[in-house]
Amino acid sequence: MIEKIVSRNIGADSVKPGEIVTVNVDRVMIHDIFIPFVAEKFEEMGFTKLWNPDKVVLIYDHMVPASTVDDIRHFKIGDAFAEKHGMKHVHRSDGICHQLMTECGYAKPGDIVFGTDSHTTTYGCVGCFSSGIGYTEMASILGTGELWIRVPETIKVVINGKLPENVTSKDVILRLIGDLGADGATYKALEFSGSTVDDMTIASRMTMSNMAIEAGAKAALFAPDEKTAEYSKVELSDVDWIYGDEDASYCRTITYQAEDLVPVTACPSQVDKIRDVKEVAGTKLDQVFIGSCTNGRLEDLRAAAEILNGKKVADYVKLIVTPASRKIYKEAADAGYLKTLAKAGAIITQPGCGLCCGRAGGILTDGERVLATNNRNFLGRMGTSKVEIYLASPKTAAASAIAGEITEA
Amino acid sequence: MEQFKGKVWVLGDDIDTDIIIPTEYLALPSVEDMKQYGFSPLRPELAGQIGEGDMIVAGKNFGCGSSREQAPEIIKALNIKCVIAKSFARIFFRNSINNGLLLIENDQIQDHVKEGDTIEVTLGEKITHEGKDYKIQSLPDNLMEIINAGGLVEAMKKRNGVK
Amino acid sequence: MGMTIGEKIIARAAKADEVHAGEIHTIEVDRLMSNDGTTHLTIDMYHNDLKHPKIADKDKIVFIMDHNVPAENPKTAQAHRKMRNFAKEHGIALYEGKGVCHQIMVENYVCPGEFIMGADSHTCTYGALGAFGTGIGCTDFLYAMVTGESWVLVPETIRFELTGKLRKGVYARDLMLTIIGMVGANGCNYKVMEFAGEGAHNLDIDERLVLCNLAVEAGAKTGIVEPDEKVVEYLESRGRKAENMFVSDEDAVFEKVYHINLDEIEPVVARPHQIDDVVPADEVGDVRIDEAFLGSCNNGRIEEFRVAAEILKGKKVSDHVRFIIAPASNEVYIQALDEGLIDIFLDAGAMVMNSNCSVCWGSCQGVIGEGEVLISTGTRNFKGRAGHPDSFVYLGSAATVTASAIAGKIVTAEQVEE
Repeated sequence: MIEKIVSRNIGADSVKPGEIVTVNVDRVMIHDIFIPFVAEKFEEMGFTKLWNPDKVVLIYDHMVPASTVDDIRHFKIGDAFAEKHGMKHVHRSDGICHQLMTECGYAKPGDIVFGTDSHTTTYGCVGCFSSGIGYTEMASILGTGELWIRVPETIKVVINGKLPENVTSKDVILRLIGDLGADGATYKALEFSGSTVDDMTIASRMTMSNMAIEAGAKAALFAPDEKTAEYSKVELSDVDWIYGDEDASYCRTITYQAEDLVPVTACPSQVDKIRDVKEVAGTKLDQVFIGSCTNGRLEDLRAAAEILNGKKVADYVKLIVTPASRKIYKEAADAGYLKTLAKAGAIITQPGCGLCCGRAGGILTDGERVLATNNRNFLGRMGTSKVEIYLASPKTAAASAIAGEITEA
Repeated sequence: MEQFKGKVWVLGDDIDTDIIIPTEYLALPSVEDMKQYGFSPLRPELAGQIGEGDMIVAGKNFGCGSSREQAPEIIKALNIKCVIAKSFARIFFRNSINNGLLLIENDQIQDHVKEGDTIEVTLGEKITHEGKDYKIQSLPDNLMEIINAGGLVEAMKKRNGVK
Repeated sequence: MGMTIGEKIIARAAKADEVHAGEIHTIEVDRLMSNDGTTHLTIDMYHNDLKHPKIADKDKIVFIMDHNVPAENPKTAQAHRKMRNFAKEHGIALYEGKGVCHQIMVENYVCPGEFIMGADSHTCTYGALGAFGTGIGCTDFLYAMVTGESWVLVPETIRFELTGKLRKGVYARDLMLTIIGMVGANGCNYKVMEFAGEGAHNLDIDERLVLCNLAVEAGAKTGIVEPDEKVVEYLESRGRKAENMFVSDEDAVFEKVYHINLDEIEPVVARPHQIDDVVPADEVGDVRIDEAFLGSCNNGRIEEFRVAAEILKGKKVSDHVRFIIAPASNEVYIQALDEGLIDIFLDAGAMVMNSNCSVCWGSCQGVIGEGEVLISTGTRNFKGRAGHPDSFVYLGSAATVTASAIAGKIVTAEQVEE
């Protein structure tokens, strides 16, 4: 699938894994943490104008709302850069970058998109080849509109059947990362297919594309279908060329039967240290977090609200809920999910990266333990190095918040 | 072929970007301000102990995690000559090249080298440790071009005719 | 000799028939409140400085985390952990992330005639329900927590005799800022500000909370509104009883009496960096703003949210303004969800925070940068209060703050309507 996207982009008949090609970038995303560095490198390189201001999206999310005075400097530099170069796509408080990139239609099926964030792989959920890069390369794309890439090999992941009620796409991707290892897909593309995947919402697919980087993947693609076309506001007939051919070559194929899957959790402090939730059930918790670009969407909040409806978060345990975007926040408010969650005792915060990137919004300290729906449990990610982070699905998170300990939904 | 010798610091598998530089320090004004916190979640004292020309030997998946380019920049600012690892994460690999931090892949030496040992690197050829040689590859041409230009910024400057 | 409301409450707490200004009395405290600003320090003293630490009456103590919730760094997380563990160990009521301490206290605890000490200067808020609430430091708090008692120098009372009604578009906050501008930031130093008269009774509970909350900004030990039927109704709606509804005797001695006609109050703004630098809101000049804040124990209640939503409806927050809205409590938040106010805020481009002290405290969320200007419904405009030492905080009513967020500069609601 990725070979098709790349070859169409460069106007070649076909490309093969290992080839080094220069692609034309359809869209780029820069967030608040890195905009000062991108701006500085851009000037230093001697560029004076953007290759195409309409293709550049600037999103403030890691530092929203500002928790230190220094954060404001990033906004000021971003605002000045956007104004100087006539950028129209600037989001100052609308939510997490990856959510907005697909939600606002910046990343569409068949596009090639790069962002200054490792979880840029997210847009593969709509059949977009997207990947994270550093700010120096971003600066060079801003000037040239191009980037060299090595065409990656592809690992095919096939999932068939119906997932059990308490298993979500988060459990699927965690299981895959556990099986592949944190470097199991380094420099490779993942391609998902099978009836389970076909049944998934775009939001569920997004969770999987988002976390592909945790296995080292360069991209994680789903072939567009009717749901994609509707979500991305494109004609299916314009994007139905994006799929993996029957005779395409894959470096590996992994197959799962959905009915065999169970709720799992990534234990501290490696994303690939996967255990069944049952195995670690009873582990006491100080905090539970539902949110992030991985699992802060409407269906995640709905799942949590259904489980927490009429119940209370355990005493001395904090439940923090962070919707992924302004739009999701509003939809969750309208659907009554936020009320249900607030009544259960949840702390509902402004959409943003906050806790997941360790900057604000529920930081922990020595000896504390958190179960979270986000994408990383690295040492020190949410506070000190003596904080234990477990990663799991929103369903597991909601059930665990009520119990005050890790438990299956 | 370029040769250099140096003292070794040994780290394990999956050294992630939050270990190399935790997010809370990313808003500090410069890499110079940040570098004292390099590797702090894992070994808070390490940044202060690293000397000029030292090398890091690590396991698989070095630099996994975020796209933060401060990770290679900090390693460079700590005067690390090169990082030798079984494998490197993708974004970190690109960022290192773009900032002129030398990365070498080798999956043998980890079993033999101890922290504090001295090793000798012959670029594109081998690492020598206690008389034993470990073969290493040179980087593809397009990457060597960027490194030879002194990183991507320098390469772009040349393109744009900036002195 | 007659007594004022403040004297009557102290007399009750001191179990004395009569007390008068200038006397020092030992009193029994009805309730103690401490928040995450200082509780960890109190706990350290409790463990380190006392020979035989014990809690006099755990049921009188309330711990509330509101200043840095949720924690923004490991240091505040550590302070919270200490507080949480102590509360757990001693069976002390604990609220974490449920709202600003004073709002939680008013919603759940405060009763007329009570003497309440809180380790926060704005504890004076509780006078809205006819209680004597006053702010103390950690040492005082520790003493009271361990003994159940404290000492108090009976303050003089300054009476504000209010007449008339606030006009449409003028709010209790305008009234109180006007009063502070009139008496000065230390004009009521160590006094009780007593609000009485037909004008005071015309004010609703939320408006009285605004008045009493800011009493400390005029230097007062507390502010008390003469309790009436509205207090009874408020308490009954929350399952509490109104006993000890003290009013001042006719022959009580007041240090001074001010007469204020509410009809004459105009929208005002306090300019940086003194709260008593108060000017009419439409005379503040051309002041471009970077951030606007609606919230705090002073002005984060449903009534202010309704005012803001009315102005915001169908409008957009200015591109260069961060408009941060923080409900004063979870209860306010749920009510605002029910009334669709949150929707209006989101549509307009505002950011809705979890209920906490937020921008008013200036260390956890929504801080402002160097040279930036904030207009706020918070309690203080001290230099550096909301972030960078070289930044500027204006204080205004919810209406003025909201209108300014739309206009991108300081304007009144009337001006933004035009």
